[in-house]
Amino acid sequence: MTRQMTGAEMVIQALIDQGVDTIFGYPGGSVLPIYDEIFQQDKINHILVRHEQGAGHAAEGYARSTGKVGVALVTSGPGATNMVTPLADALLDSIPMVCITGQVPTHLIGTDAFQEADTVGITRPCTKHNFLVRTIESLPRILHEAFRIATTGRPGPVLIDIPKNIQFQTGTYENCKDKAPLTQYNPRREGDADAIRAAVNLMIAAKKPVLYTGGGVINSGRHATELLRDLVKLTGFPITSTLMGLGAYPASGPNWLGMLGMHGTYEANLAMHDCDVMVCVGARFDDRITGRIDAFSPNSKKIHIDIDPSSINKNVRVDIPIVGDVGSVLAEMIRLWKELSPQTDAAAHKNWWNQIASWRAKKCLRYKKSHDVIMPQYAIERLYAMTRGHDTYITTEVGQHQMWAAQFFGFDEPNRLMTSGGLGTMGYGLPAALGAQIAHPNSLVIDIAGDASAQMCIQELSTAVQYDAPIKIFILNNQYMGMVRQWQQLLHGNRLSHSYVEAMPDFVKLAEAYGGVGIRCEKPDELDDAITEMISVKKPVIFDCRVANLANCFPMIPSGKAHNEMLLGEDVSDEEIGNAIGAAGKVLV
Amino acid sequence: MMIVAGQSQSAYFLEEDIPNTERSHTLSVLVDNEPGVLARIVGLFSGRGYNIESLTVSEVEHEKHLSRITIVTTGKPPVVTQIMHQIGRLIPVHRVTNLTWLGETIERELALVKVAGKGEIRDDALRLAQAFNARIVDATLESYVFEITGTPSDIDRFVSLMTNCGLVEVARTGLAAVGRGKIGM
Ligand SMILES: Cc1cc2nc3c(=O)[nH]c(=O)nc-3n(C[C@H](O)[C@H](O)[C@H](O)COP(=O)(O)OP(=O)(O)OC[C@H]3O[C@@H](n4cnc5c(N)ncnc54)[C@H](O)[C@@H]3O)c2cc1C
Ligand SMILES: Cc1ncc(C[n+]2csc(CCOP(=O)(O)OP(=O)(O)O)c2C)c(N)n1
Ligand SMILES: [Mg+2]
Repeated sequence: MTRQMTGAEMVIQALIDQGVDTIFGYPGGSVLPIYDEIFQQDKINHILVRHEQGAGHAAEGYARSTGKVGVALVTSGPGATNMVTPLADALLDSIPMVCITGQVPTHLIGTDAFQEADTVGITRPCTKHNFLVRTIESLPRILHEAFRIATTGRPGPVLIDIPKNIQFQTGTYENCKDKAPLTQYNPRREGDADAIRAAVNLMIAAKKPVLYTGGGVINSGRHATELLRDLVKLTGFPITSTLMGLGAYPASGPNWLGMLGMHGTYEANLAMHDCDVMVCVGARFDDRITGRIDAFSPNSKKIHIDIDPSSINKNVRVDIPIVGDVGSVLAEMIRLWKELSPQTDAAAHKNWWNQIASWRAKKCLRYKKSHDVIMPQYAIERLYAMTRGHDTYITTEVGQHQMWAAQFFGFDEPNRLMTSGGLGTMGYGLPAALGAQIAHPNSLVIDIAGDASAQMCIQELSTAVQYDAPIKIFILNNQYMGMVRQWQQLLHGNRLSHSYVEAMPDFVKLAEAYGGVGIRCEKPDELDDAITEMISVKKPVIFDCRVANLANCFPMIPSGKAHNEMLLGEDVSDEEIGNAIGAAGKVLV
Repeated sequence: MMIVAGQSQSAYFLEEDIPNTERSHTLSVLVDNEPGVLARIVGLFSGRGYNIESLTVSEVEHEKHLSRITIVTTGKPPVVTQIMHQIGRLIPVHRVTNLTWLGETIERELALVKVAGKGEIRDDALRLAQAFNARIVDATLESYVFEITGTPSDIDRFVSLMTNCGLVEVARTGLAAVGRGKIGM
């Protein structure tokens, strides 16, 4: 069925045909025709942010917490350039997102027209793909193709730049959602059968296996999570995950080792180092994971399941690569395993679990408790305890608080943690919480924040108030850019250059100024009551949790070191911290 | 080795018999001929720190809007494999072939070489041009423009000889390459 309509109408119609019900945006001259269409309909809910960066991260939070695509709409020039950070963020974290930008009319492109920017040029390296719409005829197919590209294969952000004159022109619209695609892009989902068989055989023979899972499991969808849990049950293998994959396997599950990597647990990292068979499922051997590459898991055979061929052998050479979708490959692995009903080496597995138990006994997440000041780790532990039984979504900013959230908040379900892993964008958490809250209006949505990060997109608190989105901004206020300070202590003789924030706003008054509620807590024994109060308030809340200023985040594998050269919290002296990183490690981030 | 969009099997191609040494590789990339496609490829190389030694692009199948880009780059096999996968990830890319790994390839480049001078220099230039099968495409009393086609190293040699024969300027097309035999990319 085709219909005549304007370009602006096509944008809205295509969103409706794609099942979009919410978009995040900010108006301006070159998108006014689209905003006029938004005004005249009621199928799409538009959330007016306060800064385009907020729209982008809100769309990301919406996407990650629902598994659907996040949509943002912004104007040309500064609107588009403000969107660059969220696009780069979504690209690195594989978040499906469609961003529509207005552009100056086609006949003015290239003339330095008012609010003109080369948006497709600027965003080319920070999108999975982008389009500049040149004719009204091409618009319907581009709109639908953008959704297909954003959501299939390795998900990512797609941008559509639409000149204003095309928004006004009339053309023929057709819902081409399920029609022949515009481009030849067609990622493969099924893994190679021989490779899967070889992988299963390797797993059966393993004496010291480990599953290393990542964001790709969550990208693959709910079904993949179920299959992963089945595989763990079937094989009895220990399992660890990256930051991006937390919740795919429950933190309360018996085989769980905790997160791995730079701030991962002792048991997870040593299991990775000592294993004989590593099964990487939808993770990308990031440098936060591998540490020193030439010392990374030196004696293991490695299996890698990833939908993106470029992820394979990028950083670490693997033995059995399987290019395909996690869900599809795991289903086949499970089928094969059941068909073979193998005898695994029970004695070896028992030894392996004993070894793991001895690593666990280190209790690597131990920290010095205090009765006078709130330890940041304690704050997260209490937040976790007090929110159990609630339908909770967590977002984070970037810094120590992010790592403590990963270590001390137990995620039992996927899509419950929204965090900026790859780009590490301070300012992500607050708007991402807004996006998650809009998607789940009756759930408890908490941004675990730092005092510095919280100020980067604080303006979106105003959006939260406007839309009755009762997000909670739980600030671990240590008065420092704690993560920067920790690195300065490690690398730069504790010279704390510009990591102390001397003029801190009064967060309670700040919340009130925006029309929210502010709560401050300074004593450990008042924390539970204060958290209970926060949860019960049905408004946006800033929770100013005053924590120990100089706590460090451990365990830590210093840059350029191997997994078995990890620094553990309670045992390290300040001097050891100061000497932990060698000259070569200093240049790494 | 060849990467077809959506079909890639990645590391199977990292064959053990390929020596792990740095050398130059000729990649042939079939792409949709659309605005910005060259920028995507070039941006990928600069953004990821790969180097381009030569790059040529031209439409090859008009009705299908397909262009063929020939890129010469250097690297060890794992790096080149990674480059190919990164190129293969771009939406308008249909196919990436490493002609160097495919076996013997035919590689040609065309150059226009302008020399100026009188007397002995001029005679030398003409003799050398004949030896290299270069054609005269323009002549004045004091100058020639030669057209030469050959492998890049043929052209390198010719150009370096011409520096002693009054070389004024050189324009080179960059590389065109196909594999030998009946199979296409
Ligand atoms: C301050 C800071 C500290 C950090 N410290 C740590 C740390 O200690 N530990 C840690 O783990 N992380 C840490 N991170 C995060 C880290 O930087 C990376 O973002 C993260 O490790 C990457 O996770 P991942 O490997 O799961 O990959 P993702 O970025 O989630 O990528 C997913 C992979 O799966 C693939 N994929 C996607 N969809 C599918 C599908 N359907 N089927 C198959 N494959 C698919 C993709 O191609 C990709 O290769 C830290 C970040 C910050 C900001
Ligand atoms: C936009 C941006 N700028 C700079 C950084 C570098 N950076 C990483 S962590 C950090 C400090 C974060 O401080 P805070 O939010 O207070 O968190 P804390 O580490 O104290 O928990 C900085 C500046 C970043 N990640 N993002
Ligand atoms: Mg701080």
